[in-house]
Parts: sequence; structure tokens; C-alpha cells
Amino acid sequence: MLEHFGKYLLFMSTLVVRGESPRILFNRTIDEAILIGINSIMIVAIVSTFIGAVTCVQVSYNLTSALIPRSTIGFMVREMTILELAPTITSIVLAGKVGSSIAGGLGTMQITEQVDALEVMGINSASYLVLPKILASLIVFPMLVTLAMFLSIAGGYVAGTLTGALTAQEYITGIRDAFIPYNIVFALIKSVVFAFLISSLSSFRGYNTAGGALEVGAASTNAVTNSVIAVLIADYVCAELLL
Amino acid sequence: MIEIHNIHKTFGDKKVLDGVSGVFETGKTNLLLGASGTGKSVLLKCIVGLVKPDIGSVTFDGTYFTNNKLDIRQEIRRKIGMLFQSSALFDSMTVQQNVEFPLKMLTPDMSKSERMDRVNFCLNRVGLEGANKKMPSELSGGMKKRVGIARAIAPNCTYLFCDEPNSGLDPLTSLKIDELIKEITEEYNITTIIVTHDMNSVIEIGDKIMFLYEGKKLWEGTRDQIMDTDIRELNEFIFANRLMRDAKKVEDEVHEEAREEQEQSKDSNGK
Repeated sequence: MLEHFGKYLLFMSTLVVRGESPRILFNRTIDEAILIGINSIMIVAIVSTFIGAVTCVQVSYNLTSALIPRSTIGFMVREMTILELAPTITSIVLAGKVGSSIAGGLGTMQITEQVDALEVMGINSASYLVLPKILASLIVFPMLVTLAMFLSIAGGYVAGTLTGALTAQEYITGIRDAFIPYNIVFALIKSVVFAFLISSLSSFRGYNTAGGALEVGAASTNAVTNSVIAVLIADYVCAELLL
Repeated sequence: MIEIHNIHKTFGDKKVLDGVSGVFETGKTNLLLGASGTGKSVLLKCIVGLVKPDIGSVTFDGTYFTNNKLDIRQEIRRKIGMLFQSSALFDSMTVQQNVEFPLKMLTPDMSKSERMDRVNFCLNRVGLEGANKKMPSELSGGMKKRVGIARAIAPNCTYLFCDEPNSGLDPLTSLKIDELIKEITEEYNITTIIVTHDMNSVIEIGDKIMFLYEGKKLWEGTRDQIMDTDIRELNEFIFANRLMRDAKKVEDEVHEEAREEQEQSKDSNGK
């Protein structure tokens, strides 16, 4: 465990020494941001909409007391979505999608000697291949989490009004009630932390692949497992430190 | 000229290279010959710096490479072209982008049109004119090797390294690739080192041959001298290669006869 952590730190340090020119880094980061961002919009949209809808229905099912106003459902959907569900669930979904893709791609490049080809040309392969992925994730994850927050709340609205759990007016009153802007900041900070963990851990797993196709598969699986665990631990640490 | 001195490399308990020394001359095709698992590819990787030797040093035209300052190593690496066993083409890029890549990275001052001229020149040189837009997945094994060579020579390399350039290729394509490497070596007067276990390559293009056995250099000489050696391991290797070649020849003849018989019986049935 400690050995892996040490290797991970050494790997991260190689990303920042003898990097490529800012123009190449910028172009590569934009390419990666498009790959990570555009390809993930659909899955994030589907997951977050349904999570908002399910949260609304389940909160409404539990709120049976006549003393509690129905607008509380909207309030709870907003709080749960912004504080926890949008950043964490989106990141776990992205750990599966983006993390496995990063590890699989780098692993394949490693076993087919493409990484060696870069090194022989005098290019720092870790910096050239991995740094843009991490930077792109840091840019794109907060955007996807913002989209997830919006769609979750919208999903809750659709589910709540269609099932008759509450009226549109009650839902809107609920989501505007006692709003704390810092919660948005908190969610975005979490998304940046999760983006770094997922992209760096997946890159580390993929870059250090040795062997054949079987090892590439194992690297992808390990990347997802490690990323999900890291996200959950970081989620707790962020909550303790920032709330 | 590349000089290696007393290279040792161990992986775990296994000693892969055991004090290998030698000189690889400029303008000649230098062959690292040996059976599988004798440390040829590891030695090549030690020379280009992909693997760090435990002991020993590598010198490129008098400049010390191993353990030298990073910028000096980088400067030498920029003069290296390498053809990998698997070709190692970037599979997300077209043939043109693959050949253009080292130019883009190593010569940022070069204009786009100059780069394109160089790419087209290199592709023409390896006989792949018109393949610019193809993806690596659309190429045959031989074509991939040619693109690999074009990419290696694109930035005007001074040193060319080829790791088993004939692996996975039929004898005719192997011969063509061998000839291409030989021509390029002589045309540009570069230092070429080829890892191979193919005696055909030795006979066709080997100017200077170093025979490795169990991580040690057992023999060094020219292709004219290789048949007269009294080193038992080398003679066994040559004999095994001949045997394999003859067996392959017989196998091909048997297949050819079977195919002809099949065609004849088809014809007679049709009549």
C-alpha cells in the first residue's frame, strides 16, 4: 500500500518535469476536454435526471406528516442534490466511464510500445500523455457536476409534479427556501478534488501496465475500483473539513 | 559510432546482460544476433535509454549517454530513430500524422508546408506514396514497418535502431524491409543497429554481427566470417536456423502440392 503510494507520488512528480511547450499542452488539454466532456454529457444527464426524480419521489413517500409543508420536498431534493448526489454520484459514474477509458488507453499504448516510441523521441511521455488528461478533467468535471445539479433538480420537478406529490409552486418555493450559495462552492470544490483523484489514479494504473491484453483489462478494473474508493474517502474528508 | 562498455543488467534474480561491450560503426548495418531470451532487445533498450543498465556505459559519437545530464541525453535522443517490433504507430493518428509527429515535436520552427514536404518525401522513400490518410489499423504488417521506418528517419536521425524488423512478416516482405534499412543506412550514412534472430538478415544485410548467448557476447565479426566460426553455440544457432528454413520450404512445397491436387480434382469433377 505504502509502496504504491510512493510510486504514485513519484509518478505525479514526473508530470511536471521537462514538460512540453505551453502551446502543445494547451492543444492537448482542449482535445482531452472535448473527449472527456462531450462523451460524458449523455450518461451524466440520464443518471442525474433520474436521481433527482427518484429523490423527489422517495422524500415525498417519507414525508407523510400534515405538519410539514410539501415544499420541504423541493428543499430536500435541492440540498441532497447539491451537497451530495450531483458531485459524488456524477464522479462515481465518471470514474467508471472516464477512469476506465484513461487506464485502458494508456495501458494499450504501454503494451504496444507507443509510450516507448515517445520516450525514444526525447518526449516526456508521462507529461505529454497524462498531464493534459488531468488538466482537462479539472476543467470538465465541475461543468458536468453543474449540469448534473441542474438536471437533478429538474428531474425532481418533473417527477414531483407528474406524480402529484406536490404542485409546481410548492416545488419552486422549496428549492428557493433557505438557499446557501456556499453549498454550490462546496460541491464544485469536491468535483475538482474528485476530478484530480480519478484522472491521476486512472492514469497511474494505465501508465504502469506491463504485459498484455489481460493486464490492460486488470488495469482498467483497478483504476475504477481505486478511483471510487478514493472519491468516497475524499467525500468524507471534504465534508469534515469544509462544512 | 556507438560504443557500449561492460553493460550489465539484472531483472530480479535473472541476469539478462553480463558485461557486453562493443562498437557499432557508422554507415554500416550492425546486427545483434541471438536466440529468443538472450538479451538482444534489453541491450537495445539499454543503448537507447529505455532501460537503465546496472553497470556499464553507452557513448554516442564520443558523447557519454548513460547517467549523463538530462539535457544531453535528450539532445542525443532527438537524433535517434527507432523501429519497434510492433511498429508502435500511434493508432489514433493517420499515417501522415504519425510521420509528421516527431517533426512537430522536435522541430517546432519548421513550417507546415516544409513538414508536409518532408512527410511526403519519407513516405515516398519507403514506397508508401498516397497512403497519407490511412489509419494504422488499415495497414498490413509490412506497411506498418515501412511507416515506422518513415517516422524514424523523418527528423533526419543519426542513429537508427530496429527491434526485430522482420517479426511477423513473410520472407519476401522481410527481404524488402531488410533491403530498405540497408539502403537508408548507406544513403544517409547513419549508424544502424538491428536486433534479429533471422539468418537471412545476416546474409542479406549484416555488415557487422554481434552474437549474444545467455546475456554474453560470444562472437563478433562480419557475415563472411560467421560461417567459419568454431563457436559451438553460434554453429548450433546457424544450424537450427537452416533447419527451420528447410522445414518451412518443405512445408510450403507440401501445401503447394496439396493445393494443386485440390484444384485438379475440382476441375475433373466439373468436367
